Parts: sequence; C-alpha cells; structure tokens
Amino acid sequence: MTYIPISPKERDAMLATVGVKSLDDLFEAVPAKHRFPKLNLPPALTEMEAQAELADVANANENVRGDLVSFLGAGMYHHYIPSVIDHMLRRGEFYTAYTPYQPEISQGTLQAIFEYQSLMSALTGMDVSNASHYDGATATAEAVSLAYAQFRGKRKKVVMSPSLHPQYRAVVNTYEQGLGVETAGDTESNLNLSPEAFVSQVDEDTCLVIVQYPDFFGRVYDYTKLIEAAHAKGALVCVVANPTALAMFKTPGEMGADIVVGDGQPLGIPMWFGGPSVGFFTTRKSYVHKMAGRLIGETVDNKGQRAYVLTLTAREQHIKRERATSNICTNQGLLALASAIYLSVLGKTGLAQVANLCYQKAHYAANTLGKLDGYKLKFNDTFFHEFVLECPAPAEEVNAHLLEHGILGGYDLSRDYPSLKNHLLIAVTEMNSKEEIDMLAEVLAEVHHE
Amino acid sequence: MNNVASTVEQTNTVPPLSAKIVEPTIFDLSSPGRTGVTLPASDVPETASPPKHLLRSELPLPELAEVDVVRHYMRLSKFNYSVDGGYYPLGSCTMKYNPKINEDVCRLPGFVFTHPLQPTETVQGNLALMYQLQEWLKEIAGFAGVTLQPAAGAHGEFTGVLMMRAYHQSRGDTKRTKMLIPDAAHGTNPASVGMMGMSVVTIPSDERGNVDLKKLEAACDDTVVGMMLTNPNTLGMFDENIEKVIALVHGCGGLMYGDGANLNALLGIVRPGDLGFDVMHFNLHKTFSVPHGGGGPGVGPVGVSASLVDFLPEPLVGIVEDAQADGDMAPLYDFIKPPKTIGRMKAFHGHFGGGLVRSFTYIAMHGPDGLKDIAQYAVLNANYLQARLRDTYTIPYDRICMHEFVAEGRFEGSDVRALDIAKRLMDYNFHPPTNYFPLIVPEALMIEPTETENKDTLDAFADALIKIAEEAKTNPDLLHNAPSTTQFGRMDEVKAARELVLCCWLPDNYEMIR
Repeated sequence: MTYIPISPKERDAMLATVGVKSLDDLFEAVPAKHRFPKLNLPPALTEMEAQAELADVANANENVRGDLVSFLGAGMYHHYIPSVIDHMLRRGEFYTAYTPYQPEISQGTLQAIFEYQSLMSALTGMDVSNASHYDGATATAEAVSLAYAQFRGKRKKVVMSPSLHPQYRAVVNTYEQGLGVETAGDTESNLNLSPEAFVSQVDEDTCLVIVQYPDFFGRVYDYTKLIEAAHAKGALVCVVANPTALAMFKTPGEMGADIVVGDGQPLGIPMWFGGPSVGFFTTRKSYVHKMAGRLIGETVDNKGQRAYVLTLTAREQHIKRERATSNICTNQGLLALASAIYLSVLGKTGLAQVANLCYQKAHYAANTLGKLDGYKLKFNDTFFHEFVLECPAPAEEVNAHLLEHGILGGYDLSRDYPSLKNHLLIAVTEMNSKEEIDMLAEVLAEVHHE
Repeated sequence: MNNVASTVEQTNTVPPLSAKIVEPTIFDLSSPGRTGVTLPASDVPETASPPKHLLRSELPLPELAEVDVVRHYMRLSKFNYSVDGGYYPLGSCTMKYNPKINEDVCRLPGFVFTHPLQPTETVQGNLALMYQLQEWLKEIAGFAGVTLQPAAGAHGEFTGVLMMRAYHQSRGDTKRTKMLIPDAAHGTNPASVGMMGMSVVTIPSDERGNVDLKKLEAACDDTVVGMMLTNPNTLGMFDENIEKVIALVHGCGGLMYGDGANLNALLGIVRPGDLGFDVMHFNLHKTFSVPHGGGGPGVGPVGVSASLVDFLPEPLVGIVEDAQADGDMAPLYDFIKPPKTIGRMKAFHGHFGGGLVRSFTYIAMHGPDGLKDIAQYAVLNANYLQARLRDTYTIPYDRICMHEFVAEGRFEGSDVRALDIAKRLMDYNFHPPTNYFPLIVPEALMIEPTETENKDTLDAFADALIKIAEEAKTNPDLLHNAPSTTQFGRMDEVKAARELVLCCWLPDNYEMIR
C-alpha cells in the first residue's frame, strides 16, 4: 500500500529537473557501505488485510465494554464519553493541523485551547492554566521544576505524600535525578499521618509539597491547613487533583494551593490502555512566567477582531534553549480539545451529575462490600469514587477469582505498599450498575467461603 | 477563590475591549438551564452528601445544548488550516498525509476500552502489538532496544540524555557534564540538557552544512557526555563526514545521540544504529503517521545500542514464555524491568491508543519496500522544489538535500522579510514553511514537502513563491500587509503578552494591568 501520489512518468520528469538519473542517486552523501540496508520486516499489507489483522489484535484483549465488568481505577477511569466528542475530534481541520504557529490560519485550535485553559481554571479554582502537558504524572514533575526555579535551585527538597500515586512519585524521581533534587516524605510509615501532621516533613529547604486530592486511596481532605503551614515554611504546594471530583468538592484554589495539576483522562478521553491522555497544569498568576508549556492569550488582529495567539513564548525552549525550565515542545492539543468539548457538553449540571453518580455508587459499593464476612473498609475518611477494601486473602488471589467471573477487580495495593498485602483499591464510576456491584459482592463472598 | 464564580457571571458581557467578535467563546454562548447530556438516574440507595465544608460552592462551567456545542466547534474548525485541507510544508515537522484507516483501527473497542493496569494475561493483544512495534523500530533504525514510553520527541530526548548520564555514572565516569550540540539543532536539544543540569557546548557548522570537524575535535575531551546530532540536520543536509563525527565523539568516550526528527529521509536508506549512533528518539507523529492533532499528542520512542539497553525506562514489553513449536500457542507477553533502568518517564505505558496503534498499522501497511519509497519520494520532492526555486531564492547550502531544505526569505534591496513571505503564502492558500529556523540562516524559510504531495501541488507552491518574489519587488506592501484573504489578519502579539488575558474572564487586576 502506498500513499505517494506521484506516477512513474512524473517521477522521471522530476528527477530530470533535479539533474539525477534515479532515486538512488539522491543518496550519495550516505556512506556506501551502510546505504540501502535490507530491512527484515513483513511484507506490506493492503488496507483490507490491515483492518482484519488489527481487529484480531484488538480482539485478543478482554475489554471493559464487552468482556469484563471493571472496578479498576488507580489513576485511569472508565467514564461515559458522549458521542459528540469524537465526532468533533474527527474533523480533519482539528486533528491534522499542527501547533498553531501561524495564528491567522489556526484560530480554531487557538480559541479551543484558550477555552480549555478557561475551563481548567474554572474547575480547579486557579488563575491560569497552560495548554497542557503529556499526562498527570509529567505535569506533577513540571510542578517540581517550577518550584525549583522559583527558589533558583536554593531549596532542593520535594516533600511528597505517600498517598500520591506511586507512578507519579516514580516520574518525579526520574525527572529530577539530574538536578540533585531530594524527595522525601513518601515512606510507608507516613501513610497514617493526617494532612496536618504530615506538615512536619516540610522544612526551610523544601521547595514543594505534593499531595493528591482525592488521594491515591480515594480519600478527600481539606488541605487548607497543610497549605498554610507549608507556606509558613516558605514552600509552595502542588495539589494533584482528579477533575471529576472537582465538580463536587472544594477547589484546591480555594484551599490556597499554588499549583494544581492532574490527569484530564476522566474528561472525555478513553482509557486506551494508558494513553494518550492530557496533563492539566494550573497555577497562580504570579508564577505564570515560571510555568512551562504553551500558553494561549487573547489579543486582536489587524482588522480589530478578537483573536488568540501563543504568548509568553520567550519562556520556551525554542527561544531560551538550555536556559528554559522545561524542554516541552508539544502539548496534548487534541486531548485538551476533547476535555474542553466534554466540559462544554456536560457543563455545570452534567459534570456535577457524573460526580454525584460516582459518589453515590461508590458509597453503595463500599457499604455493601464492607459488610461482607471477612472484608472491611480500611479507612473511615470521606471518599469520592475509590476506596480501600481489606480482603481475607491476598489481593492477587481475590482478583484472580474475580477475573474467572468476568470481573476486573481493584488495584492490588501490595504492588506499591508492602504493608497493604490484602488490600484492593476499588473504583466505581457512573458506568457501574447496582447489579454489577451486587455481583461483585456475591463473588467476593465466595472467595471468603472457599 | 470565590471570585472565579463571581467573575464568570460577567462572561456573558463582552470584555471591555473594542474587539469585534467573530466566534463567541463557549462561556459567551452559555445560557443557564441548558444541558448537553442527560445521565441515567442513580440506581442505588441514596447516600448522604459529603460534609458541607468539603463541598465546592459553585461550579462555574458553561451551560449549552449539544447542538450549540457542535456548531461552536464546527465554526472553530473552519478557522484552521490542516493537512487534510491543503499543503503544509512546515520544515522539520513532517506534515505528511496520514492514512484514514488509522482513525478506525485505533478506535477498535479492544484498544479503547482496555485499562493500563489490567492483568497482563487479559491484554495480550496490546502487549503483542507493543512488542512487535519495539522489534520493528529496532530493525528500521538499527538498535538493540527500544522504549515506547516517551510521550513526544522532547520527552524522548530527555529519556535519552538520562540514559547517557546513567551509563557514564554506572562506570564511575562522573566528570562528564558537557553535551556537544551543533548550532543548527532544535531548541529542545539544549533544553533537554538544561533539565539535567549539564552544560552545552555549541559546535558550528561548516560551509557545506556539515559539523565543523576541527571545532568538534577541539571540544572532544573526557568531560564530554556525548553529542546530540540531528542527521540529516535542520538544513536538510546529510552530514558528509558522519562517520568521522561519530568516531571523534566515541574517541573521547562520549555517546552519540541522534535526534530522529528527520528520520523520514532515512527509512530504508540508512540505519542510524549502523552509523554508530548510541541513542535516538523516533517521532512517530512525524515519520509514522500519528496526526499532529493541533499540537499533540506526540509519540517519542527511543532506540538504544547494546551498551545502553539495561538503562531503558521501565517497563518494556518482553516475551516471558515462548510460543510453542507446534504453533498452537502464541508467546506470552509481559512487562519487564531493565536491570539498571533510569525509572519511569510517565504514568502507564506510553501513548498507546492514539499513537502506537497508528504507527504499527502504518509500518505493517508499508513493509520494507514501502518504507524505502517514503524516504525516496520525500527526498525527491524536496530536491525538486529546491531545483525549481534555486534561481529565485538564495539557498545558502546548495547541494543535494534530503527531505527538506532552507532558503533565505530576503531579496537584495528589499525590506521584505521571511515573515512577510510566509504570511503572503496564506493568500495563495498554502501553509507557510517554518521560518526563522534554523538560526544559522538569516530570514530562514525551511521547506519540507513530504512524500505525500503530488507534482501539481509542488509546482503550484513553487509558482506561488516565484510570484511572491516578484511581488516583493513590484508591490512589497502586498507582502507587508499579508494575509489579506484570510478571515484573520496579523496579530497584536505585544498586546497578548502585555495584558496576559489567559482565560475567558478577566483577571481580577485587569484594570490595573490596563
């Protein structure tokens, strides 16, 4: 299969214009002994064959729409995605455009991302949002870079809550290994500290404190006091938030957070086996010049029309090169657009309904499962749509049993927290019916009795 | 931050700018009480609400019906120029046409509705696809290992530099802190190095657009981490001394990093690994048909030579149980952790659905010969355009180019600049080339036609550029005032940066700023 629209006759005419005899003659600069390697790849498929092959590959998976009932979350969630979103994303004008470097002919992307920035600011209660990062984990790492830059590298400690997503903590550690930033606080022994007590980890060398909201275990805390105490030590605070939960709970902006980041996947983006999603990044106006990533601002064109441009580009790598705080070049344009459309079409009432359904169903599930013989809820705190269930057997065994019944169980917390050996992190969204939750309870009861 | 709630109320009134509004914002269009989605009623017994002090008081999101939303985004989409709509010769970005089948296969339910933390035995299809793609990318570029995790080219660069650092550190070679980077490099190269706290030594290009070997030799010592080289470089030139360049870097104990931004020119032509590159990122969104999406997502896998495979980010996909000889059972795939891994670059496993599935399909549909055709025609198209424009525009490095070339957007005795030419091209319904990059060419116009354009389009584009050169002499104001046929004209960028209106309502110190 080829997508090259040039006939042999046209090719020959073009070669003549260039002044060479054959296509191969264009590559004289390439060392002869390495030129034209024979690639050991399978022969080309036609479109018809590729369709069939990819369908086979996809069918080799068990998916959570047809094959499995899912109670798995842990940073990626199965939500309903209204049809309208993909219809808009499939506009070639959106998905086959590049970064809006030429604003005169990119106002569609520019205005849409400006609106995305506005929607994310509204949701988080913050002043400004950038045009997005790769995902929630890398947005968190970029928050560290902002804080590190804010103190000009003089404060070298980042305090992370142990109930921050383990993969996010891992990414922060990867990102900061070159700068000599030390991470602290995320030891398992700190798991039971209240947010107020956790502040003891913050000192004068701390540039940033990172907490999650709701935390990795689904718990919802008001971080106002923690933030005040961290500010008293001069540190900034980053809250990693779940955007669906923000439709219901107090905003981190209201709590005084300096930076609010998170993964936008719950906002109309499929799970897609983990990506791509979108990392949102919002902050206070005072930090806007230290914020990485693209930023879209309002202006007027020379006809006096309201319009939008990439702004403050002098912060970015193509101008500042090695002095830029981040090397980020792309944003997650199309996924940011998906989130914007999702928030637009659900709007004020729709998103609140989604959040409420998640909350109601998760609480029904927790009440039901917590009463089963041999099971109990690990925590008593307020939670949103995830909770920790202590099981009578290792989580891995429980999940294996659930899977036999077509149920994708919760996240096995012993993978990251050795002390939580028999604990599952269960997620419930608007996609789960009462019937599914009751079935989960039934099968879990069997595990205990076996 | 209750002021968000209060200020959003003001959004139905137009900001106090005298600007004419072509398309209202989604907040402007909001009307209380409208809704776009109705959700099913709850089927579980009601639970008490969370404690009041934990609740948010106001959710200042817009309220619209589905049709309002569709019309809004449809109108916005029409303001965009796109590859599907026209010719987009943006140098270094490889804005090729992307096959439509990609859009269907990446939306198959088996891909869309799989969770990244599912037990691996339930996602063998996904893992098989990732494994195969790792293998194919290794074969295409000549490497011993590939990670699919990085989310974009710049993210891949960062991954690569982390591995280079880890390699030296594992050998106790801790005094290496300098990265050599040619003056023609993309800005992401030095920025990736800056994120590591390393320093950058800039190596100039010679008069043929190659790395200046003498300057390189002088910079090579035992403090060098390595060199980051884009080859072909951003002038579109394949470095004629590439083997000498790599020998010099390796000779001082450094590692060779390849910026794979321009890999489209090399498919089936030469494998960077065979030339001696130790690390290279692929831009799947350029070379392997992941649409650019208005600025992302990108996808930036990284390939490495044998000496670096142990440092790859976790997780990789491996075969943990071989296929059975009778062919009855497929191999068993699982995630594996390289022994000296630099760690995790992002959550989960990379841009799977919207990225890896598309590239897998593209490679499967091209095969070895089809991939070579891509590179050959990409290079033919660039050379054809270069030949057609040579008499009209100055081409500072004028030899057979690879997939792109750089012309100067200026004329003797004229005040017309590259920017004016770029904007005037819009009046001819073309997207402009990249301009003002690379930095080493004055008034640079960097043109990358890609292999998916036909001769008629290239001729029309060349004709337009030749006509614009004429206009620059006869009627330069046509260029200074361009574009004049598009909905929007040139922007007041200073105003945007000075006033910093970054969302639909005004910042609370708006009056002060004004």
